[in-house]
Amino acid sequence: MAEAPAHDYPTIEPTSFDVVICGTGLPESVLAAACAAAGKTVLHVDPNPFYGSLYSSVPLPSFLSPDPSSVPLSPSGDDSHTVVDLHRRNIYSEVETSGVAPEPSRRFTVDLVGPRVLYCADEAVDLLLRSGGSHHVEFKSVEGRSLLYWEGQLYPVPDSRQAIFLDAATLKLTEKTVLFRFFELVRAHIAAADEDVEGEEASDKISEEDLDLPFVEYLKKQQLPPKMRAVVLYAIAMADYDQDTDCCEKLLTTREGIQTIALYSSSIGRFANAQRAFIYPMYGHGELTQAFCRCAAVKGALYVLRMPISALLMDEERKNCLGARLTSGQDILCQQLILDPSYKVPILDAPSDGSDSNLLRKVARGICIISKSVKQDSSNLLIVFPPKSLEEQQIAAIRGLQLSSNLAVCPPGMFMVYLSTPCADTSTGKQCIKKAIDALFAPQASDSLEGHLKETSENNEDLKPTVIWSCVYVQEITELFTDICPNEEFLPKKSAAVYADDDSDSAE
Amino acid sequence: MHGRPRRPAKPEDEEAASAKAAKLRDLQAQVLHNHHARTYTKEAIGLSFKLLEINPEAYTAWNYRKLAFQHNVKELSDPEAIKSAVDDELRVVEVALRQNPKSYGAWYHRKWLLNQKLAPVDFKREFGLLDKLLKVDARNFHGWNYRRFLSRFMGVPDEEELKYTMDKISENFSNYSAWHNRSILLSNLLIQQSKGFESKQKIFSEEFELVTQALFTDPSDQSGWFYHLWLLAQTSSPDNPQLIASWPSNAAKLTSSLMKEKVEQHTLSSIWSRTVPIVLYFNEPVKGLNQSSVNLKSDLEFSKDIQWRPLTMADSGYSNCWAAYLQISNECSSLQEYSVEVNIPCSDDIVSRSGSNYNSPVHFTFDIELISNDTAQGLDLFDKPVAWNCSESFQSHGNRDPIPVDLLKITSALVEQDSNWHFERLSEEIDLFRELPDDNSKFGKLTLARLLLACAAIKSRGRSLIERKGYCEEALGLFTDLIHLDPSHKQCYEDERSLVLMDKLTCDMETFMKHCSVQVQPNSAPLNHVQLCRLSLTRIGFAERLLWVQMLDLSHNSLRSVEGLEALQHLVFLNISNNQISSFTALEPLTKIISLKVLDLSFNKIGAHSIDTTRYICSSPFSHKIEASEAFEEYQKVNINVEEYWDAILFFRSLKLAQLDIKGNEIASKENFRTLVVTLIPCLKWFDGEDVN
Repeated sequence: MAEAPAHDYPTIEPTSFDVVICGTGLPESVLAAACAAAGKTVLHVDPNPFYGSLYSSVPLPSFLSPDPSSVPLSPSGDDSHTVVDLHRRNIYSEVETSGVAPEPSRRFTVDLVGPRVLYCADEAVDLLLRSGGSHHVEFKSVEGRSLLYWEGQLYPVPDSRQAIFLDAATLKLTEKTVLFRFFELVRAHIAAADEDVEGEEASDKISEEDLDLPFVEYLKKQQLPPKMRAVVLYAIAMADYDQDTDCCEKLLTTREGIQTIALYSSSIGRFANAQRAFIYPMYGHGELTQAFCRCAAVKGALYVLRMPISALLMDEERKNCLGARLTSGQDILCQQLILDPSYKVPILDAPSDGSDSNLLRKVARGICIISKSVKQDSSNLLIVFPPKSLEEQQIAAIRGLQLSSNLAVCPPGMFMVYLSTPCADTSTGKQCIKKAIDALFAPQASDSLEGHLKETSENNEDLKPTVIWSCVYVQEITELFTDICPNEEFLPKKSAAVYADDDSDSAE
Repeated sequence: MHGRPRRPAKPEDEEAASAKAAKLRDLQAQVLHNHHARTYTKEAIGLSFKLLEINPEAYTAWNYRKLAFQHNVKELSDPEAIKSAVDDELRVVEVALRQNPKSYGAWYHRKWLLNQKLAPVDFKREFGLLDKLLKVDARNFHGWNYRRFLSRFMGVPDEEELKYTMDKISENFSNYSAWHNRSILLSNLLIQQSKGFESKQKIFSEEFELVTQALFTDPSDQSGWFYHLWLLAQTSSPDNPQLIASWPSNAAKLTSSLMKEKVEQHTLSSIWSRTVPIVLYFNEPVKGLNQSSVNLKSDLEFSKDIQWRPLTMADSGYSNCWAAYLQISNECSSLQEYSVEVNIPCSDDIVSRSGSNYNSPVHFTFDIELISNDTAQGLDLFDKPVAWNCSESFQSHGNRDPIPVDLLKITSALVEQDSNWHFERLSEEIDLFRELPDDNSKFGKLTLARLLLACAAIKSRGRSLIERKGYCEEALGLFTDLIHLDPSHKQCYEDERSLVLMDKLTCDMETFMKHCSVQVQPNSAPLNHVQLCRLSLTRIGFAERLLWVQMLDLSHNSLRSVEGLEALQHLVFLNISNNQISSFTALEPLTKIISLKVLDLSFNKIGAHSIDTTRYICSSPFSHKIEASEAFEEYQKVNINVEEYWDAILFFRSLKLAQLDIKGNEIASKENFRTLVVTLIPCLKWFDGEDVN
């Protein structure tokens, strides 16, 4: 630790912690809060100057020209440990933009992992309430009805009895009956399942046989026409991959489907001021990670931003991790080390690369700025493009989210639209997102003058909104991520009071 | 509140309940005491508040408060003081409503207070209260009632209230009250021809569309179906009442003998002696038929004092069927043909229940041929008991009676040109409901059946009769399904099914003729005979097509009621043996048929139930007029057990039967029942096949 670093890195006291967490993404932040609450000493560092890592919300200018994340390699310190150098990957790449971002562009906040919303009844919300994180973040309802893209048009998603009743324009009468009958079936099943845990076979319950059936087969059995199946599968049960193929791996079972519907329906009406199932944190999703970080800080966790980790400190057999070397050159010893997915750990990369290479681990995302809502009278809403709805090669659903200025992510009169889809490779993913953008919006006018745009939109209310600015990029969901933080799912389930010892091993 | 399960009471609850009861009893006693003593002090009124706070159903306490309020407010002159007194009362109502939002007394008290008009009404507060209440329970009909009261009180335009019903329906369409209010408001708006409500067709098309959205979303929810039923009724029936049948029919030829009344007492046939009944049958109940609204013209001399009487069991004054009796005066003796002209012009006197007047003028004539005493069969028809000879068919008798044919001709001539819109609308609805994916929706089936029948009613003429039969056929199938699908309403469906069946059998001559024949009884002119046996009929319908029938055989059905037969003023012979008639009160319509001579009631269920509730449904000794009770006294004198047989007495004393069969009924096996009947009907000759004498 002799040499003074180029940056003015602070020196950290003490030099030994129970847990060192690097990266302030959502999983890391939850962990930090949990560990701190469990009485562990926590050092939480982030190489970026902002909170959230992958999950952060950044002003538009910072998104377009990120801080050069050059990691000046610190010289090796004393050699009591085996030092494994770390490399970082970008949290997003292949950014393609078009159009000019309207000024003041700083007033646009960009979620790196958009589109993302929370179910009101989600365990993550429970976790927020339980951990006290809810004091640090404010939510707004995604109050518009979700839209489904079907045969070239956007249809409102009928998700409740009243919604089915009121939708006279796009739902056929027979579709109404079948869909509501299905909802009733599910409702009765959920109610019956809630009532008797003893497993007495209630007549209202859906049979075990049916529960093990692929959900799509069950929907067919209930005589739902294709469009209604798409509504249930992709807009309510939130299936990602095409359910009409034979690839069983991605097929939802009825049980899973109904679980999501149960979550969906219990979300509606959970909070008095959220009319629908989903909520979104004001000022963007980055607020969520900060909320957990604040919880951790309140419990004594130490926070240092702009502080990358440059290397792991291992024991001689390279089996156990003893600590981390910070970019400042300081060595921190710890019992557990947790790294966010932007770090490449050379020793872990090797085994995981070979297996499961066919799994999709890339997500293509798009962000658009528009000045007119996709649907009149709705400000915040979800949009779903079921698989194959845009083109034959579209293997997964594309999800979209329109946010308005009431979430403080853009100036009044503007809307942000996020799109994402899992993809096998960068180009097809980006292609899909671009198709979705084309389907939603009118192409940018070549002479995109503000005044001209306004004129045309006033002339015709039915006109699609025009894209003012858009960008498409790709994020990698790496295997490393799943190794270190076995995937997002486990986190919300973790009680904040439990020390996340077993699941979150640092490098072996 | 709806959908909340009851929990069984726990012991500690019971304890609390009994303590509450003691307190209530105490309070109630004090309030009653104050009420009697007319004590209207502040403390006394306070006690009544305490009582109402716990039990808003204490109606006497409300009345006491009204008296106290009136008493105390008299002494106030300052408008502010009056206003605060009113406000205090309003607050009491609010507290009571918090305890029970469906308290009749509390709601009424509030209306009463506003109607006193002592202080300006704060409508904002009233509507605010209502909004709160309807938010808690959108189906609280008291709230809706009060809303109607308020909007009338304040003069809120119906259009705005209509919008409010739509708001509530948008929140939750399972709301009878909202739909109901909608039907009231729409009716008003259509009658007033308010702006935007000029076209009934446009409005109803929109309403049909709206309600089908609800019906298809949740076919098991009843509220929408009820609204649909109302729409259907508005669409399928003509706006104004219409005459659909008459007897005598247009161009009919009758004969009337000039015999003296007592001579021909038992000589019955199609020949009338000096009295000719005229029956008019309308498509819906009407009132207001009198000498000026119905013009009779003839070269025949008859008594000018013609009374039109409704033929109905109800006392409302409205009836589908009206009769008058033409008395041919004694001066008239030349044996020749006379023509009678009946003319019903547009009339404001003749109005339907909904208040629309008769506006399709009708004119028809018929001839009466007077015949001498000698040509009429002077012999006693009831020399022997009349046998119901079912084997003699119409075809075997060469002489076709022209009356039924003529009757139908008249019917069709009278019915107005059918509205294309009605039919198109109904057809669209039928197509829709045929596609209802919920096969087991009883409302779906019932509504489809009703739609089909409404269409059938429109298709009543000539070429369209085939279509009519098709509709009937499909409706019959639906009712049969419904009987199995919804057994708890079996009887209702059976009745509906019976109506359709009767329609199907009588709507065209070809089918109808299979059931018609001419009966030749000894000593009598041929009688028009209709036989509708073994059809599982449970009730009578389409009586307007049977007005000419003299002999009717309805044996071996499942009739529970004979309502409708009262229109058959020509009927002489009636066989309703082997049916499900369970009381004499169910037979009351027969007392309106003055020509009835032969009645076969054998093998029914009269007297089968020791406690027969149906006995009390139609009428009771208390509902009858003074003559009835006088008659009872009279019969008591001759040792008739009036308490046991009051319904039999009321029934038989109004009939002039010559022949009665009643065997196979519980009541007939009772001792001295025969004596009773013989006493009640002095002219009876044959009782269960035996000579009375």
